[in-house]
Amino acid sequence: MPLDRKHKAQKLTFFKSDLQSELKIPYVSQGVSAGFPSPALDFLETTIDLNKALIEDPETTFYIKAEGHSMIDAGINDKDILIVDRSLEPADKKIAICFIDGEFTVKRLKLEKDGLYLMPENQAYKPIKISEENNFMIWGIVTYVIKKI
Amino acid sequence: MYALVDCNNFYASCERVFQPQYNGKPVVVLSNNDGCIISRSDEAKALGVPMGAPEFKVREMLRQHNVKVFSSNYALYGDMSRRAMNILNRFTPYVEIYSIDEAFLNFEGMSIPDYDNYGKQIKDTLLKGLSLPVCIGFAPTKALSKVANKIARKYPERTNGVYVIDTEEKRIKALRWTKIEDVWGIGYRMKKKMKAKNILTAYDFTEPFHESWVKKEMGVIGLRLRKELLGESVLGIEEPANKKSIAITRSFPKQLTEFDALRERVSTFASVCAEKLRAQDSCCHTVVVMLATMEHKTPATKQYYHNSITLPFGTDSTLTINQAAIRILEKLYEEHKGQRFQKAGVIVTQLINTNEKQLHLFEEENPKHHLLMKAIDKINTKIGDRKVKLGSQDSKTWNMKQNMLSPKYTTRWDQILVAKCH
Repeated sequence: MPLDRKHKAQKLTFFKSDLQSELKIPYVSQGVSAGFPSPALDFLETTIDLNKALIEDPETTFYIKAEGHSMIDAGINDKDILIVDRSLEPADKKIAICFIDGEFTVKRLKLEKDGLYLMPENQAYKPIKISEENNFMIWGIVTYVIKKI
Repeated sequence: MYALVDCNNFYASCERVFQPQYNGKPVVVLSNNDGCIISRSDEAKALGVPMGAPEFKVREMLRQHNVKVFSSNYALYGDMSRRAMNILNRFTPYVEIYSIDEAFLNFEGMSIPDYDNYGKQIKDTLLKGLSLPVCIGFAPTKALSKVANKIARKYPERTNGVYVIDTEEKRIKALRWTKIEDVWGIGYRMKKKMKAKNILTAYDFTEPFHESWVKKEMGVIGLRLRKELLGESVLGIEEPANKKSIAITRSFPKQLTEFDALRERVSTFASVCAEKLRAQDSCCHTVVVMLATMEHKTPATKQYYHNSITLPFGTDSTLTINQAAIRILEKLYEEHKGQRFQKAGVIVTQLINTNEKQLHLFEEENPKHHLLMKAIDKINTKIGDRKVKLGSQDSKTWNMKQNMLSPKYTTRWDQILVAKCH
């Protein structure tokens, strides 16, 4: 080998890989095999996302824990998690998170001619009539209940 | 048309969302370590509680007036801010998040017949959905939208929290009303110079015969501001960019002299810097450590010492950054032994995107760091409060003083709001 060949630096060009973009590929948990392909492959869909299914407005939705038994007939038990959307308009028969006299409470709204009532859903509890003396606000509307079975 | 949306007394307002019993009552929020007052409700302002006052100086006054005091709950404020910004995004695609409680909006290419009405819609949506009160100023430029915002804030009865500068007459009136120190970008030093030159209002600043003086004193930034105030838009909506450096600095509750105590602090700051780097997918090349002493003479004098190390490779590893920080600290401590330190900090700079990291043949970090950091971040996100940490960090002695902290209502399952069913 001629000597000068050895000393001549070889010119190499390095390319950096482009890692900026991201491509998401649905993951199919199926081994590679040479056999018959799964017929399900043609029907790939996105997964079910509870966040999307249960929450219409993520920015104005909050989770709140229920404590107590006054709403058991409406399906709300002690320690259930409530999904509460603050952007919804309060209306008759809606279940709402209310702030009354320094405390948060869950009740069904009932609009009567003589005013607004907070209705429990348990016979052992009495309705509350809202009067001008109450420090009262409707904080949000309950849209779903999450419970552990 | 631009708009500046600004949340009123943001931190105090966030606390009230989940504790409405303090609506209409004086509320203040303290800085880290419960040091100073950093947010006041209107009622607290009316009582004369000063902004930035050290808590111990106003403690008696707060107690007397029954002011509700909160430690700062940044997890809560950050989440509420994110929600508010996302809602703003529904009103226009062009949103520049200017700070945790401020955003510039732009309405290019949109046909909005009535900005005042549009502003009221934005305001009502935030108030109903998040209980956050805001003021909004509309104007043809960013600097003028700041001015309009101030007017909306100053005259809530007349403006209903929304003010639009859309005529030449309104622009001139607004500038005459705006004191020079309230103009966007005019700091304390510049204010003094302006006053000496008899520039007292924003209007004076725009006078043609001051133009060359403005150019001399403030350069191109001053000229841009002048154009903006004259109604010519030169500043656009800025794309969110990653931070160019990350700094974590804290004052100590009491002065430190021991190396071990300082090392613990510096370790913790280094770890938080590394975590923030990873969160924005950046690596740093340079690590800076800063120490400050404070002599309680009159006037009190602060002395800063700092040093830095530049690494041969970019890193986001807690281990590497910590090692560098401790090495700098050892040197600084050796040079200034015997001093009483009041403050320390770790700053990471010369940031690059992790994707653009150069590969080196001989000087490279152990690739296992990357996997380890990923695992640590995952665990810490899951269990919270940075439970996985370096051995050189100690949790017990240094927990932040947060005696009046509200729950993390929106970011922790175990701290969500409770509603009673009884």
